[in-house]
Amino acid sequence: MHGSATDTILKITDVTKSFGQVAALKGMRLEVRRGRVHTLLGENGAGKSTLMKILAGVHTATSGEITLDGQAYRPASPQDAASLGLAIVFQELSLCNNLTVAENILATREPRRFGFINDKALVAQARRIVADLGLPIDVTEKVGNLSIAQRQLVEIAKGLSHDAEVVILDEPTSSLSDSEAEILFAIIARLKERGVAIIYISHRMEEIMRLSDDITVIRDGEYVSTHAREEVTIEALIALMVGRRMDEIYPPAVHAVARDKAPVLSVERLTREGEFQDVSFEVRAGEILGFFGLVGSGRSEVMNAIFGMKNASGAVRLNGEVVRFRSPDEAIARRVGFVTENRKEEGLVLGHSVEWNISMAALGDFTGGFGFIRNGAERAAASAQVGNLSIKTNSLDTPSGALSGGNQQKIVIAKWLLTRPRVLILDEPTRGVDVGAKFEIYKIIRQLAAEGTAILLISSDLPEVLGMSDRVVVMHEGAPGATLEGPDLTPETIMAHATGFQS
Amino acid sequence: MTQNTETKAALVRALKQYGGIFLSLVMLCIVFSFFNPRFMTLINFMNILQQVAVIAIAAFGMTWVILLGEIDLSVGSIIAVAGMVGAQCFAFGMGFVPAIALTLLAGALMGMLNGVLTAKLLLPSFIVTVATMGIYRGMVSLPTNGAPAMIENETWTAIGTESFLGLPIIIWVVAVLFVVNQIALSKTSFGRRAYLTGGNREAAVYSGIKVDRLKILIFMISGVMAAISGILLSSRLFSAQTNAGMSYELDAIAAAVLGGTSLAGGVGTMVGTLIGALIIGVMNNGMNMLSVPYFYQLIVKGLVILIAVWLDVRAKQAKR
Repeated sequence: MHGSATDTILKITDVTKSFGQVAALKGMRLEVRRGRVHTLLGENGAGKSTLMKILAGVHTATSGEITLDGQAYRPASPQDAASLGLAIVFQELSLCNNLTVAENILATREPRRFGFINDKALVAQARRIVADLGLPIDVTEKVGNLSIAQRQLVEIAKGLSHDAEVVILDEPTSSLSDSEAEILFAIIARLKERGVAIIYISHRMEEIMRLSDDITVIRDGEYVSTHAREEVTIEALIALMVGRRMDEIYPPAVHAVARDKAPVLSVERLTREGEFQDVSFEVRAGEILGFFGLVGSGRSEVMNAIFGMKNASGAVRLNGEVVRFRSPDEAIARRVGFVTENRKEEGLVLGHSVEWNISMAALGDFTGGFGFIRNGAERAAASAQVGNLSIKTNSLDTPSGALSGGNQQKIVIAKWLLTRPRVLILDEPTRGVDVGAKFEIYKIIRQLAAEGTAILLISSDLPEVLGMSDRVVVMHEGAPGATLEGPDLTPETIMAHATGFQS
Repeated sequence: MTQNTETKAALVRALKQYGGIFLSLVMLCIVFSFFNPRFMTLINFMNILQQVAVIAIAAFGMTWVILLGEIDLSVGSIIAVAGMVGAQCFAFGMGFVPAIALTLLAGALMGMLNGVLTAKLLLPSFIVTVATMGIYRGMVSLPTNGAPAMIENETWTAIGTESFLGLPIIIWVVAVLFVVNQIALSKTSFGRRAYLTGGNREAAVYSGIKVDRLKILIFMISGVMAAISGILLSSRLFSAQTNAGMSYELDAIAAAVLGGTSLAGGVGTMVGTLIGALIIGVMNNGMNMLSVPYFYQLIVKGLVILIAVWLDVRAKQAKR
């Protein structure tokens, strides 16, 4: 492929989109060329989805110009967009589980005969599409029987079956395993060869660096810059995306941890058959101990065992004393807190108020004689936390489910702060949280450490682990591969240990 | 001034929460008094309250259980066992106080068995209480081989027949239990934990709530409430009947659900349940006064429950 301007298939110039008073996009630009993968990079809320919805014909631009193959492009509906040669694969699954793969792929376009669907032709046509993409999927299988990852591949096949010139892939790998992602990457390579232009949206930086030809960064609804892949680094892209440099994202430690202090929590040879083996580590007051590992490396399982949710052999010491929590209430009584991984499942009671959620783990502190709740004290404490963590909510009585992800996460943290933990476990504390809230959560974690809380920070986000931790335990297949600190704390060494490729 | 606005706000909240269901109750009363002028009298209203007492008290216990996201189908059987335990205590020559104590204890134990099987063996409460519904119902007949047992203790029978300060004792019992349950639910950490656990069990466990213990205690509350219902029923009938309280669990569930208790857990109040029980009582009483055949009553009752719940769901959706 030659990178000349005549290759341009899709061109977006000065596009603006306002919803009432709010401008979602301002002066957006994008130029996508045939046979190239163009990644659109931006944090949640940067305007990616608004732009994609304009291209898909869901929204109409308020002003600006879009051309497809030199012609003015203003699709009235997603069907219209598809007929003009633009296909979009959304991250949310839109398949019918009780229909077969073939029926789903060719939905509304089934081959007919005398007005009835021609099943044989349907299956044959779907088989051709699937084989063409190299997907290992039986088209006569019901979608409901497929794994989530396979469904994602069917979704992609459905999107690509339209013979599109431009294909938009919105976080297509979010539920794919590595090997399934490889299938997708092969499909992308084949599409490129055919001269199809691909707009790719993803948050996985490694994947972006591997697939992209061009990368456009957007922030706060505005165009920032476009780069050829060879010209940029991950760090530079992140800095462009969030508008601050890396060292500004992760607030610095207030003071160094005293090395001679006795550990607050120490874990020795913790083992649970089939989940993790011989996990040992210790953490001191004021220290942030990072836990990195790939999905399935047993990090969350270890934390659940420490917190009394699972049985395990081995020893857990709190301030030198051996403890064995049989349930979370025993752990909480000894001032161990656990910000769990899935805030909607294990963290919050979504239907109940902000106040109830914040006071939940420390309810005993607000209970007076005869079990009566001291409402004044409860309200004052909840209100103080809302102010302290700048949780944005209409009132303390608002259901927690009505808040944004970042504010929900802060409620979960507030809940644990009220228990005044000596050890606080944070499992993926910034997952699905926007950059602003992320930064505030990092500040809270730093503040807690400065006050002497021992912190276990579990994260799949490598920059986060590097930016926040004093030391990092790298887990690999249920065992701690290494504990790294100081000059050893580099992305390369961490990844080497996490994948088991260390020398 | 602020006191005044606060009361106003509370009133608006109450209207929003119970407006729909309260309206259904008022409409039913208007319809019945239109057909029968004797319906809207103080005497008849007292009558309704007494008739509804057995259901209402069982429904208070049921509200706790449903709030937790569980169900207790053994309530009707526990009502019958309670009457029989009382009758047997007197047959053995016991006095009133030990008889009451043993009856309540029996209710607590039966509830505890439901709770332990549900919480510790991780069996669904629906299945557990379908089973114990049969077991407890069968146990009623053990002492008498299926025959009813007379109760001649005058204190016991006075509960269902005498008045205190101008009000039937039954109504006092309902009132006291309503207040106690309402306060326990809305003002204590025990009640709060029930709401939180019903709303999200997983989150409750991780936040240190002893969910198993809570569950067992709540099934015990349901058992004790049903036992009190059984005492009232047997005192009105002067006897323990083996088929007493048959299918009352369904009326108790209907009362709680009519009152806005969510079968999914986490939502519900005693005020709502009391109104729900009154709706069921008004329907039974009104249709009896009109001599509506029993099978028609069943059909009408079912339809009214469907319509009332639908109205309530609609009103709550409109709020969003």
